[in-house]
Amino acid sequence: MSTTIITVDAKGQSCPGPLVSLAKAIKEAPQGAAFELLATDPGSKSDVPSWAELTGNVVESAETLADGSFRYLISRAV
Amino acid sequence: MAITEDRVDQAPSLADLLQRVEALEADQAAQVKKKNKMTIIAWGGQLDRIWPTTILATTAAASGMEASVFFTFWGLFAIVKPGVRITGDNWMQKMMSVMNPGSAQKAKLSHYQFMGAGPAMFKKLAEDQNVAKPDELIPLAQELGVKLIPCQMTMDLLGLKHEDLLDGLEEPIGAATAIREMREAAIPLFI
Repeated sequence: MSTTIITVDAKGQSCPGPLVSLAKAIKEAPQGAAFELLATDPGSKSDVPSWAELTGNVVESAETLADGSFRYLISRAV
Repeated sequence: MAITEDRVDQAPSLADLLQRVEALEADQAAQVKKKNKMTIIAWGGQLDRIWPTTILATTAAASGMEASVFFTFWGLFAIVKPGVRITGDNWMQKMMSVMNPGSAQKAKLSHYQFMGAGPAMFKKLAEDQNVAKPDELIPLAQELGVKLIPCQMTMDLLGLKHEDLLDGLEEPIGAATAIREMREAAIPLFI
């Protein structure tokens, strides 16, 4: 089964920008979609897992890219 | 604790257990049911209070929580429509509205006010760092479904009318309704 991955580019946004952008994208996305969140806010390293715990969504991976920005893969709560 | 064989004969009777279940059920029914909700009492009108208030409210809503903000006393000025200048019916209310220009854009700082330069510097820093300002966070909060509730008593006290306040607010409420909001919220805050 192929999964649609929706990229949410929140680079440059500060707290709570990345989470608000992600929450909006998730609200509008079709069922079964997965999300890639791109951010530069260092606060997102703790905020994205906290948000996932609050919402029941799952952070599949969190990585720091070569340019120092952050990339998260998120799957939606069923 | 597991009931081991040698403790079976000491096990409580069915009647005892039923009694305990009933007592627990009654106790639970009497407890206040908390919702996955954040309620903020926005009392302070200063920029450095309204800012975290609007950040927390939008983040709670973005995190799937119900969120409401009750604007009372100085906090109420943050939801006055921009451009609304002199309000009130008598000279005292009119003077207060001149001293406290409404809307989140006009909010002052509790520290580093520097005769008006402080807030401007803060907003410049916010723009440079791409941090959303309270006057941007308020409509965002509304879009995310945060309930913004004015305090009726403060409106009466200051002579502020419904049309002086931002569009899309909830009906004004009193202290008892504010307490009801706080009681059912897992996270009640006073800022």
